[in-house]
Amino acid sequence: MSRNSEESTKCRVSFVVNESPVTVLVHPMERLLDVLRHELGLTGTKEGCGEGECGSCSVLMDGQLVNSCLVPVLQAEGSAIITIEGLAVDGRLCALQKAFLECGGAQCGICTPGMLLAAQHLLSKKPHPSLDEIREGLSGNLCRCTGYMQIFDAVAQAASGEFPT
Amino acid sequence: MGNARIVGTSVPRFEGRAKVTGEALYVDDMVLPGMLYGATVRSRIPRGKILKIAFSSELDWSEFVIVSPEDIPGKNCIALLEDDQPCLADGAVNHPEEPILLLAHPNRYMLPKAISAVSVQYEPQPGVFTIEESERKTEIIWGTDNIFKSYLIEKGEVDEFWEQADFIVEGEYSTGAQEQLYIENNGMIATFDRQQGLTVWGSLQCPFYVHKALMKLCNLPAERVRVVQMETGGAFGGKEDYPSMIAGHAALLAMKSGKPVKIIYDRVEDMVATTKRHPSRTRHRTAVSKDGRILGGEIEFTIDGGAYKTLSPVVLSRGAIHAGGPYFWPHVRIRAKAVATSAPPQGAFRGFGAPQSLFALERHMDRIARVVGLSPVEIRKLNFLKPGQTTTTGQVVREEIDLEKLLDRGLELSDYYAKKQKFQDGNAENNYKRGMGIATVLHGAGFTGSGERYLASVVAVEVCADGGVRVLVSSTEFGQGTKTVLCQIVAEVLGVRYEDVGIAQADTHEVPNSGPTVASRTVMVVGKLVQSAAIGIKQTLVASGMLVDSYSPGEFRAACRAYVAEHGALRSVARYEQPEDIVWDEEKYRGSAYAAFAWAVYIAEVAVDPTTYNVSVEDFVALQEVGKVLHPVLATGQIVGGVAQAIGFALYEKVVWEKGRMQNGQMTNYIIPTSADLPSIRVYFEELGNEHGAYGAKGIGELPMDGPAPAIINAVEDALGVSFDSIPLLPEEIYDVMHEKLKRDELRSVSGAE
Repeated sequence: MSRNSEESTKCRVSFVVNESPVTVLVHPMERLLDVLRHELGLTGTKEGCGEGECGSCSVLMDGQLVNSCLVPVLQAEGSAIITIEGLAVDGRLCALQKAFLECGGAQCGICTPGMLLAAQHLLSKKPHPSLDEIREGLSGNLCRCTGYMQIFDAVAQAASGEFPT
Repeated sequence: MGNARIVGTSVPRFEGRAKVTGEALYVDDMVLPGMLYGATVRSRIPRGKILKIAFSSELDWSEFVIVSPEDIPGKNCIALLEDDQPCLADGAVNHPEEPILLLAHPNRYMLPKAISAVSVQYEPQPGVFTIEESERKTEIIWGTDNIFKSYLIEKGEVDEFWEQADFIVEGEYSTGAQEQLYIENNGMIATFDRQQGLTVWGSLQCPFYVHKALMKLCNLPAERVRVVQMETGGAFGGKEDYPSMIAGHAALLAMKSGKPVKIIYDRVEDMVATTKRHPSRTRHRTAVSKDGRILGGEIEFTIDGGAYKTLSPVVLSRGAIHAGGPYFWPHVRIRAKAVATSAPPQGAFRGFGAPQSLFALERHMDRIARVVGLSPVEIRKLNFLKPGQTTTTGQVVREEIDLEKLLDRGLELSDYYAKKQKFQDGNAENNYKRGMGIATVLHGAGFTGSGERYLASVVAVEVCADGGVRVLVSSTEFGQGTKTVLCQIVAEVLGVRYEDVGIAQADTHEVPNSGPTVASRTVMVVGKLVQSAAIGIKQTLVASGMLVDSYSPGEFRAACRAYVAEHGALRSVARYEQPEDIVWDEEKYRGSAYAAFAWAVYIAEVAVDPTTYNVSVEDFVALQEVGKVLHPVLATGQIVGGVAQAIGFALYEKVVWEKGRMQNGQMTNYIIPTSADLPSIRVYFEELGNEHGAYGAKGIGELPMDGPAPAIINAVEDALGVSFDSIPLLPEEIYDVMHEKLKRDELRSVSGAE
C-alpha cells in the first residue's frame, strides 16, 4: 500500500485526555490503547493481553472503566478520557496513589496503572466500599505479584480519607 | 540489631512513585529513531527436518530484514549451561514454536502478515510428549538416552532398613506445567554500531546471562556488548533464561539492518513459546515404624525438561535436595532425573523444582499418617528435623529452629483443631464439604552447594560527587523490592537517611556482576555483600581522617564530598567468599547444600461444592521463619503473592498440551486467581536471624510457592475423604474420582459384600 493511500484511509478523531483536548489523524479501527501510547506518548497505559482479560490497559472513558485494547479509537470521538498520567495533579499524588505506595499495592508496577484506574472508578461509584465490593470492583484487573491483599488495604485506606488529595 | 533505624521498617519503595504515576519505563515504552519491529517465524510441528523455506510473492520482501542461521556471526546457540539450544533452528526443529527465521519491518502491523506469508516445509519425525514416553526410549531425541541430567543422593544404609518396617507406604504424585504469566510480556530492543558495539535494553532478570549469550552468538568481546535492564513487569523465573533468546534475535536483526530493532511478544507468543514450570512425577516408598517414625525411604523424582537442556539440571538439583523436606531421614536414597520431550524447554519458576518435590512429600506425609493411624499433625511432629540432625545430603541443621513450636503456632493462628472438629461433625449434613490441610516445608536460600563460590559475586558502593552514595549491582528489581532493600542496608550501615542512597540501573557497562536475580539470594547473599561494601566506605572515610567515629548524616555527606574532592572517587567493592563451614561434594551430592534454610507452616481451609466440585480456599495461614525481616510490607507482599500463585498451581492453572504445544495460550483460557477468587491470606513471621545474611536476613521469595498446593490438596482430602495426588486439581478431575468412588460404593452395596 502506498503512503498516500494509507494516509487517505485515516481520519481525524478528537477527544479530551486528562483534561487536554487532542485531535489525532488515525485509522478509525486503531485501538485506543495504541493511539494513547504511540500517537500521544502516554505510555503509562500498559498492554498485558490484548483481549480484554487482564485490565492493564484500563482507562476511564466518560467515567466508565474500559479496556483500551478493546476500544476502536473512533468510539472515543468526543469523549473525556483519564489515563494514569491524569491522576496526580501538578506532581501531587492522589489519595489512591499514596495508599498504593504506603501499603505495598504496587510490586512490579505493570498492572498498577490499570489497577489504580479501576480503584478510582470503584471509589467514584462507592466512596466507602466493603471488602467484598473492593474484591468485585477490581476483579477485572489481574495482578500476578501481590496476591491482591495489599491492594485491598490500599483501596480501603484511600477510601478512609487518610490521604486527602 | 536492637538499634536498627531503617532495616526492619517499611520505607517507601525506591521506584514506587514512578510505578504509581505511570512514569516507570518498561521496554515497550521506549522508542528509538528509525526503529524497526522484529518478529519470529516459528516451527508449527514438534519435530522434524526443515526441507524448504518459501516466501509468498504477495509481499515485497525487499522491505523486510530477514535473518536466517547463516547470518549469525558467532555460534548458533544460547549459551547457558550447555550450548545445545540453537538461537535459530538450523535444518531441524525439536519442539513446536522453535524459532526458525527472523523478520523486521518499520511497520509493526506488517509483521503478522509476513509471518504467515513464510511457509516452511518439513519432513516430520516422531515426537516424545510425556515423561513415560521419554523413558521408554523408543525415540531418542536428546543425547543417547533422553536424559539431560540425573543425580543420586544417598544417606545411611539405604538398603537395610526395610525389614524393620511395620509399614511400607507407597505413593506416586504429579504436578503440571505452570505458566509464570508475568503481566508484562517479554521484550527487547537492540542497536548495533561498529564503534560502540551491541546494546540491548529489555525485560529481564539476569543481565550477565544475556551478556554471556550475546558474546558467543554475536562473536563480540565483553566490552562491546552492553545489556541494560528496563523496568521489568514481573518475572518469577520466567525471565531468567529466555530473554537471552529474544535479545539474540533482536541483536541479529539489528546487526544485519544497522537499525534499532524492537521485539515485543504478544501474549499468545509469550505463553506458547517461552518457558514454564517443569511438569514432574515423584514416587515415594517409605519404611515407617508402627509408632509413625520414618525409618528410611526411596524417592524417585523426575521432571520433564522439554527439548533442550537449558536450566533443567539446576531445577532438578533443587527439587531433589528439597525432596526430603523438613524431616529427618535416617536412611534415604533419592534418584532424580530430567528427561527430554518434544516441547519448548521448561524453565525457572519461583521455587525452581522444590514446589514439585515438596508437593509430593507433603501429600505423602498425609498418606503415611493415614496408614499408621496418626493425624497429619502427629506424623509431622514425630519426624521433624531438629537442630543437630542432618538433612538428606548430610547437612547438619545449625539453626535453632523448633518446627514443633512453629507448627503449634500455625495451628493456633488457623484455629485448626476447632475447625477440623466442626467440619467433621457438620460435613455429612452440610451442603459444602469443608476441610483443613497443612504442609510444612523448608527452602534453601542462595545457589546450591558450591554455586555461590563459582558465581563469586561482586558488588560495589560508591560515593557521588554531591556526597550521596550509590549501590552498584546487577541484581534486578522486578517487583520484589531489590532496590529498596539494598538501599535500606546501605543507609543502615552508613547512618544516613534512606533517601540519601541511590542505586544504579542494572547496566552491564556500569555495574559489577553480582550474579543472577534468582534462588532467593538477593537480600541474603547480595545484601550481605552490599553491607560489607558499605562498611568499607565508612572505614575508608574514618581512616582518611575526614570522618570521626560518631557523626551526623550531614557530617557524613560533607566527608564524602571532601574525599571525592581530594581523591577523585571513592568506591568500595565486596566479593563473595564462601564461609568455611559450607562444604559441598558435587560428585557425591553430600554436604551443606545451602547456607541457610527458611522454614514454613502453611494451613489451608477449603470448601468443596459437591454439585460443581468447585474448590474454594476459605482461609489461609502462612507462618514462616525467614531470618530477620528487613522490610515488613515488602516481605508480606512476597509471601501473599507467592501463596496466590501457589493457589493457582493447585487449583486453576492447567496448561493443555497437544503434541508439545500449549493449546490454551491466552488469559481467557489459562486461568489465574483474580481478586475475587482468593481467601484472606494471613501472613506471620518468626525471626531467628541468620549469620550468613545481611542483618540476619534469609531468602524469602520462593518459600511461599512450596507449601500451599499440598496444604490445599490435603484439605480437599480432609473434606471429601478421597485422595488426590495430581495437580492442578480441577473440578472435572474431582468429578471423575468421585464418580468412580460412587460407582464402587454402589457395587459394594449391591453385592452385599462386607
